[in-house]
Amino acid sequence: MLAAVLTGFLLSIFLVFAGKYFKGKLAVLSALVPLGLFLYFLSFINRVSSGEIITQSVEWVPALGLNLDFTLDGLSLLFTLLITGIGFLVFAYTAAYLKGHEYLDRFYGYLGMFMGAMLGLVLSDNLLSMFLFWELTSISSFFLIGFNNSSEASRKSAVLALAVTGSGGFLLLAGALLLGNVAGTYSISEMVALGDMIAQSESYILIVVLLFGAAFTKSAQFPFHFWLPGAMKAPTPVSTYLHSATMVKAGIYLLLRFTPVLGSTEFWNTTLIIVGGITMFYAAVHTLFRTDLKGVLAYSTISVLGLLVFLIGLGTQYALVAAGVYIVVHALYKATLFLITGIIDHETGTRDVTALSGLRKVMMPVAIAGLLAAISSAGIPPTVGFLGKELVYEATLGMADWAVVLTVLAIATNILVLYAGFVAGIKPFTGKLPEKFEKVHMPSYLMWLPPVILAVLGLLIGIYPAVIEAPLIKPLVDSVGLEGQAVHLKLWHGFNFVLGLSALTLAGGFLLYFLWKPSEKKENAISKLDFIAPKSLLLGFSAGFRSFSSMWTNFLQNGLLRNYVTTIVLFLVVLVGYSLFSGENAFHINTESLSEMTFYEVVIMGVMFMAVAFVVVARSRLGAVVGMGIVGYAICLLFVIYSAPDLAMTQFSIDTLTVILFVLVLSGLPKYIAKSNLITRIRDAGVSIGLGVLVSLIALAVINEPVNKEVSDFYAENAYILAKGKNVVNVILVDFRGTDTLMEIAVLTIAALGVYSLLKLRLDKDENIEKEN
Amino acid sequence: MEVLLAIMIGVLYAAGIYLMLRRSLVKLIIGVILLGNGANLLIFLLGRITKGSPPIIPEESSTFLEAYTDPLPQALILTAIVISFGLQAFAIILVKRVFKVVKTNDIDEMNTTDAGS
Amino acid sequence: MKTLILRTASNYMLPLLLVFSVFILLRGHYLPGGGFVGGLIAAIAFVLHAFANGLENTKGLLRIRPGVLMPIGLGLAFLSGLAPVLAVDEPFMTGLWWPDHVPVVGNLGSALFFDIGVYLVVIGVTLTIIFSISESD
Repeated sequence: MLAAVLTGFLLSIFLVFAGKYFKGKLAVLSALVPLGLFLYFLSFINRVSSGEIITQSVEWVPALGLNLDFTLDGLSLLFTLLITGIGFLVFAYTAAYLKGHEYLDRFYGYLGMFMGAMLGLVLSDNLLSMFLFWELTSISSFFLIGFNNSSEASRKSAVLALAVTGSGGFLLLAGALLLGNVAGTYSISEMVALGDMIAQSESYILIVVLLFGAAFTKSAQFPFHFWLPGAMKAPTPVSTYLHSATMVKAGIYLLLRFTPVLGSTEFWNTTLIIVGGITMFYAAVHTLFRTDLKGVLAYSTISVLGLLVFLIGLGTQYALVAAGVYIVVHALYKATLFLITGIIDHETGTRDVTALSGLRKVMMPVAIAGLLAAISSAGIPPTVGFLGKELVYEATLGMADWAVVLTVLAIATNILVLYAGFVAGIKPFTGKLPEKFEKVHMPSYLMWLPPVILAVLGLLIGIYPAVIEAPLIKPLVDSVGLEGQAVHLKLWHGFNFVLGLSALTLAGGFLLYFLWKPSEKKENAISKLDFIAPKSLLLGFSAGFRSFSSMWTNFLQNGLLRNYVTTIVLFLVVLVGYSLFSGENAFHINTESLSEMTFYEVVIMGVMFMAVAFVVVARSRLGAVVGMGIVGYAICLLFVIYSAPDLAMTQFSIDTLTVILFVLVLSGLPKYIAKSNLITRIRDAGVSIGLGVLVSLIALAVINEPVNKEVSDFYAENAYILAKGKNVVNVILVDFRGTDTLMEIAVLTIAALGVYSLLKLRLDKDENIEKEN
Repeated sequence: MEVLLAIMIGVLYAAGIYLMLRRSLVKLIIGVILLGNGANLLIFLLGRITKGSPPIIPEESSTFLEAYTDPLPQALILTAIVISFGLQAFAIILVKRVFKVVKTNDIDEMNTTDAGS
Repeated sequence: MKTLILRTASNYMLPLLLVFSVFILLRGHYLPGGGFVGGLIAAIAFVLHAFANGLENTKGLLRIRPGVLMPIGLGLAFLSGLAPVLAVDEPFMTGLWWPDHVPVVGNLGSALFFDIGVYLVVIGVTLTIIFSISESD
């Protein structure tokens, strides 16, 4: 299984090098990769349906509990088949859809990376590696949404999608670490046995909230749904693959995966029912106001995702069967509708519902696929959609509390989803063919075959539900911890109450479709409410945050050295000064232990003080340099007096060299000009004197404290014994702390090289700059 | 004596910071040098000062027989002095080069990254 | 500044100062001195010579570019640190000592070679900086 996961990444890496040969007719060959993987996973179907769970473990970072453990059970199998199966069709479709595109190889690279990441996500048994793959899907989604990187809208949508799903990723990581901590393992299969213990732990609510955050952002649940319509800026194959069939279902997968671990509580169920319920209805209503086909499909996708969350929240056996079936149903018909939309867009150049009609006359097979997908989404027998819808009603009716409310909500949503399906799958093909579309022709078979295959598959599964019942749905229900054997998928249940509800749904949907005509006017009308939409709130927040941070940055990081220095010094003076004079150890000086002043010391200090004063007030550069030199020599004398001959010698040499250096470059340096006014100078003097006083006080305070000479004594005592040297300072430099000195001379070398290159380097722009000035 | 030295350190710090707050680049460098001197003296003072007993082991002995000055701060300061020479040299040349290119030595005029402005 | 007196003096000063700098370097392990101070004194000697006789003359006297001293010195210092690792399988920078006593220097050991490395680097750095500044004007 590791090989299967890596295949996608390998394809992606392969295309980096060999991409230019695969832009042309060979591009379609890349579809063989998902096809091969599809067949590979299909071969497991017997073993999985007989209850076997296939595992593979590869150690990665065992110290962190991070292993590549892969598990293939019913849930994983369904997802892998969707990923590779729809992947195969999308890969093939893309070859025609983006034929001759400059970056076709790059596109396949991203798709390959996504496929690998998504397979890794659904196969991982280790929570941490699952997180890694989760993030990789977000990243590949970012690249694919922003594929038209010359379009600003695309880039913005890509960033928005990454921001939302990426922050969900953080929540997942936090939740995973917390869960791993509570459970003592990162293996999901081991957690199942610990479900009760986790549910009773203090962090249970927090873990669930974090995982919900991850699932809701990824699967576009209210109020995080807004990135998905934006993600429709991506090329249609991407919308089909990532933002309808697979990636957005990662959140659903996460919820299903953790149902046996965490999903036994009131909190889990209620939250999911509420969030899913709001999402499915809210998004379904939105479809009424969209005129862009992809917009309609995006909102109906969100609605279905809401429905799936809702079903997981119901948590009964019927509900989970319904969820499983609905994942299949939705993948089949929604992928079909997206692919059809892509064809229409590709051939006519528009996706505007109000402009499209009568296309059946020019592209019959596509129209048939659209019809089949539409009736599947509507839940009209004998499609698989009917099956899914019946199960949903069974599930809502089977609830002990609130059954009526939940059922009504489901019916209303389904009516609206039916409408959306009809708008996307039937409307463009019916009615009169406008003149401008008369020359529209059939696309390449690579484009129309995939939707037809999917649509026909939807029909066949509807007629023979046994095809998916035993091999897929039962193992899935098993793997989420319920008894899967009791499931029986049947198209015909006889005349019962549920059938009546179905009929009601259909009638309502038909009425809506014929009475409600989407128009730009309606779209504009609802966009007036955008200001309270979550997206606007988030964007407003981020805009406000950005202007606040730029204000803050300009205030603090204003590029004026003096402001930085002043700020730092003031903080230092106030904070250190406060702690120096407060508390029990408040500042006091004990002069008893101090040494006496001698005459020549006082003279040196006097000279030094005058030299410093001269440097500060000097009006010429030379004067300042001379003063500085005198300060240096005075310090040198101090070193002589206080038993530091090495320092005195070094200070003397360095001071000499510094003065020489200054004299050498002085002619190339700017002249002294007094630039500040008196007030500024007084203010700066205040700040400086504040710091000076503080440093003096600290020095006095410290020399009153007892000194710890442990390290020094070690060096002094062992200088001769260990290092055979008697000048302890030198022994420290070349022996005890030799590596430090090695680094120091390396730094010196770097400084010399820096000076050398600064002087020798001739900037190309030098001439230009001189001319401009 | 320590009191006088502490005051001197304060003076060096104050002068260094004051010069760093000026708008002239040359004053900035001189300020940094004074500040560095002050820091060296501060470390020196905090290691306690002693007269006439350098940290050198007497000729005929293998360890110290009497009191000696703390060698550790001296080793630190020696390193600091030499490194600061590298820093000063680099800073001076940088100032020279900047002055040549942007034709100003006013730090306040250098707070944009656009050359020549 | 190229006065006759200075020039004559510096011609004698240079060898004297260089010998002095080596002396300071070698005695560093026992008395005040060492690679840093020695290197600085040697550098000052050359700078003084350059002031008196002109940069070109000093460069001619030096034969090699001062910059070359930096990698040589760094390499020497690093090798003297590496020697114990290679020779006797001791940690990096362990002191190795020649068993016999050598006049002037005292005990001959890897620390001395390290100090010579420091000496060379300091000369190289200082002269590179001062020379390239003098040349640029």
